[in-house]
This record gives sequence, C-alpha cells and structure tokens, in this order.
Amino acid sequence: MTAAYSIETKAHDDGSQTLTIAGSVTLQQASGFFRDLLERTAHGSAFTIDLAGATTFDGGSIALLISRISELEQTGTKISVVGARPDVARLLSLYECADGLCDRPPNRPGTLQQIGAATCQIIATLRDVLAFVGALTISTWRAIRDPKSVPWRSLTRLLELAGADGAPIVVLINFLIGFILGLQAALQLEKFGANIYIADLVGKSLTRELGPLMTAIVVAGRSGAAYAAELGTMKVSEEVDALRTLGFDPMRYLVIPRVIALTTMVPLLVILGNLVGLLGGLLVGVIELDLTVVGYTLQTQNSLNLWDIGGGLIKASVFGCAIALISCQRGLATRGGAAGVGASTTSAVVTILFVLVSLDALFTVLFTRWEI
Amino acid sequence: MTVRPAIRVTGLRIGWGETVLLRNLNFEVAEQDRFVILGGSGCGKSTLLQHLVGLQEPQAGAIDIAGIGPPQAEVGPPRFGVMFQSGALFGSQTLLENVALPLQRWTSLSPAAVRAVGLSRLRLVGLEGFENRLPAEISGGMKKRAGIARALALEPKLLFLDEPSAGLDPITAVELDDLLITLNEVLGVTIVLVTHELESIFKVGTNCIVLDKETQGILAHGDPRKLRDTSDIPFVRAFFHREAQVSGQINGRDDA
Repeated sequence: MTAAYSIETKAHDDGSQTLTIAGSVTLQQASGFFRDLLERTAHGSAFTIDLAGATTFDGGSIALLISRISELEQTGTKISVVGARPDVARLLSLYECADGLCDRPPNRPGTLQQIGAATCQIIATLRDVLAFVGALTISTWRAIRDPKSVPWRSLTRLLELAGADGAPIVVLINFLIGFILGLQAALQLEKFGANIYIADLVGKSLTRELGPLMTAIVVAGRSGAAYAAELGTMKVSEEVDALRTLGFDPMRYLVIPRVIALTTMVPLLVILGNLVGLLGGLLVGVIELDLTVVGYTLQTQNSLNLWDIGGGLIKASVFGCAIALISCQRGLATRGGAAGVGASTTSAVVTILFVLVSLDALFTVLFTRWEI
Repeated sequence: MTVRPAIRVTGLRIGWGETVLLRNLNFEVAEQDRFVILGGSGCGKSTLLQHLVGLQEPQAGAIDIAGIGPPQAEVGPPRFGVMFQSGALFGSQTLLENVALPLQRWTSLSPAAVRAVGLSRLRLVGLEGFENRLPAEISGGMKKRAGIARALALEPKLLFLDEPSAGLDPITAVELDDLLITLNEVLGVTIVLVTHELESIFKVGTNCIVLDKETQGILAHGDPRKLRDTSDIPFVRAFFHREAQVSGQINGRDDA
C-alpha cells in the first residue's frame, strides 16, 4: 500500500516545530503513519500540528493521532492542532478524551490484594456449599412428604443417560484396566512361578479399588460435566428463576432426580465393569501364563469374598452421590454467560476428581481398619 | 372499578451484598393497573422486579401482594405469572410442554384437559400451530410470547413482565402491547412491566414510577403521559422526550 499522506517537519528558531500532515490517512496506512508520527515527535518541547492539507482521516487514524497528542501532553510537551478542515475537526472532537488522558493504566491489584480476594472467594464458595447442603436437606424432607413433587418421569430419562448410554465406555475402560493389571501382574508373578495368583491380584484390586474409581471417573466426565453444564445454562438463561416462579423447587425438580440417578446407576455400572475387568485379567492369564479358563475362574472365586465386591459397590454408590451433588451445586452456582458455564463445568469436574480420590483414600483406611 | 392496591411496597431497600441499589421505595400498584417501572441504565429496574416476584430477599422493608403477603417463589402453586426477558423457556421441552408444566403440577386436570388448556394459552398469544416446536426452533419474539403463555397458564390475576418488547420489530412489539392491553381489559389482569420502549410506555402504561440511580429512589410517579407533558424534572423530561442529558455525550441504551 503506497502512502497517501505526507508528514513534513519544520523547526523554528524558538525550538518549537511544526508538523504538516497532508493527504489522506486510513487504517491501511495507519501503522506507517503512527511510526512516522512517533519518529517526528520523539524530540522537541513544543509542536504545532498543521492539518490544513489533510483531506481525509478515518476514525482509527484520528484515534492514533489523539493518543500520541495525549501522551506528549502527559510529559509536558506543548501541542496545538491548527487548520483542521471542518469534517476532520468534527472527528477530532468526537474521539477526543474527556479529561485529556486517553490511555489509563489498568488497575492492577497487588499480590496481597489478590491473596485476600482469593481467600474471600474460598469463604464465599464454602458458604454457598453449606447453603446448598442445607437447602437440599430441607427439600429432601419435603420430597419424602410429598413424593409427587419430584418429576419421576424425568428420572427414567436420566437413568438411561447415565446408565445405559454410559455402559459402552465403562465396559471398554474396565476391560482395559483388567487387561493392564493382568499384564503387569503376569510379568512379576512369572518370576516367582506364582502364575495362578494373577487371579487374586486382578480380582482384589479391580473389585475393591480400580473398578469403582475408574467407573466413577468415567461417570464424572460424562454425567458430571453434563449436569454442571446443563444446570449452568439453565441458570444463566433464567430457566431456574422461571422454575421457581412457577412454584417448582429447583432442588426437587433438578437436583434430587440427578442424585438418585447417579447413586443407583454407578453401582450397576461397577458390577458390569467388574465383570469385564475380570474377563480382561482372564484373557492375559490364559494367553500369557497358560492358565486354564476354569482354573482362573476357580481361583478368582476362592480369592474374592462378598465384602470385596460389596465394599466396592458401597463406594460406588457414595461416589455417584458425590458426583451428582458437586456437579449440581456448581451448575446452580453459575454466574455470567457462556464463560460462566465453562468455568462451572471445569470446576465441577476438577472438584469431583479431587473428592473421588479423597473419598477412596478414606474408604480404604476405614475398610482396612475394620479388616473387611 | 374498585381501586385497591394489588401490590404495596413500603420502605423497600434492595441491592447485592453490601451495595445498595435502591432505598426507601414506597409505592402502590392498584388492581387492574398497567404499571410500568422506568429508569436509566443500571438503576435496578430488573432487580426490583426480581424482588417483587420473590426471587430475591429485600435488604429492608416489605412487599405486600394482595391475598398473598410477601412474595415467595417456589412455595406452593404460583399466585402470579412472570415473563422473563428472553422467555426463559425450558429448552428441552416443546412449547406445549412448557405451558403444560405448571398445569400438570398444580391442577388435577386430565392429560387431555391439560393439552386443551395449554393449546388455548398458545392460541391466545398467537402461537397456534407451533405447539410442537422446541424453543430453539422459534424466533425471539415468539419465545417472549410463549413465555407470556406459560406465565398465564394458571390464570393469574397479576402478571410481571421484564422488557416484553425489547429487541422486537415494531409490528411484533405493537402486537405484544395490544395483547397486554387485551389481557388487562378482558381478563382483568394487573400488569407490572419493565420496559424502555417509549411507544409501549405511552400505549400500555396507566401508571409508572421512574427510578433514579443518583438518588437511589423514585424520581417521579404517575401516569406516563401526564409526566411527559407536565414534569419539570430534567431527567424525567429527557427520558420521555428522548433527549441526551449531557450535550455531546453519546448515551448508550440500556439493554440490561
């Protein structure tokens, strides 16, 4: 793009300079124009900017000129603009800064202030969580006394979404986990000639720990994220407010069905996951360690007791409940628009993962202490 | 027409957390009024409406709705209808399901009767034939009208509307204004609305309050047409005559 403007500098005896800007400046030439302007006003204590020859300016170029003028005035340089044609003068006054300061430095909070704000944020979040738990307790009591106020028809859909629709990925993940566990165990056990114990190792670790945890993580990613995003979107589009004005309690209408759905569906998914996980282990045992299918199955039966599986299912139920509670709380606490929904979903999934692992540790400590 | 207050507001103070938006509000909405809440950008009109329908707790003062007392959301069958700015329809349900929802919950009507009543509400707002559409499949103006149909589902005597005609084309906006007047005159519904559209204000409003951000109170109270012609308060004059208050400054329009 060829320059359609010209800038000329003329120095006077008293140290002041006159800048004559002529031609037309549009946003296409603006970067060159701004560079020229900076160069020619870099040194000097007083400038007169003569715009008599300037035919056209567009808004962006005028804004650049004004921002440079305001910058120079801040440093004590004297500036005057003369000779602007009426249309250019109108643009100048339109873009002029009210208090002569175009570029205010953004208000950056100090480190201490940021720490303080973050602390207040944590306290506010804790208060929100407490309020949520309180409201949910009251609503649960009311729901028990008036079961008709819970939308049971929406529950079937939620059960299907969380359970049946989630089954394929749960099956795949648990099969692979059983397979990986088996492979790792096979490598070690072969050294000792203790091949048959692969069944114990896979069986115990899968039913007690990895089955419930991996399944819960899959459900957190599927249903947890979906609940947080769905409720968050309902919140920001005033649908939650609309529900309330129609006499529906969002807790009973939205939260309780989701809590029921996940509390019941996660254990069912875990049963399925356990089965295919054991199959994964069996596959490794048969192929890698030359065990027979019957031998592996018998060894699994001998090593597993009811509490291995039952404890895992109790865990799964608690995990499911936690996923639903956290994702609904985060969803309903959403503020702002699309970005708020994204933030709630992220926060829900991160919190769920943290809580799942913490709960799992707690369960393991309790179960080993009770020697179950 | 017996004029007794449908809503009485006394000493109301509202705001968010520590900040106070409006203080010491006192006004009454008479039965069968078409009451308009006015004011500049960010003065708290929509927040006031949220308090009137019980979605937020006032910091101080009282709101008394005839036959109900203080408004409380989500407790029992709704005693009044609320239309939200964007309609706030439930996105996963069709228009008919949206309108039928409060009927299923709060009446003992049979499914066929619920359907008939729901369809009649949609017909009332001119959405006949759209009952099986999802909210995402209809235009903004239709969503607002469907929102009104849902608010009317339980035959309330009091209807709150948040900016019903904002962002609509002039023809749809006029149709909506006519609908509100019809509801008011034929069904005797008391209407409280927040709006910015000057034509709507003069056409629909029989009474109004003008809120002020500076004084955090009510600047003027009365018939909007009279206020337009007689008020000597600069802001009220500027508002009704569509003038900029500070020359040279371009005032942004409120769309909050």
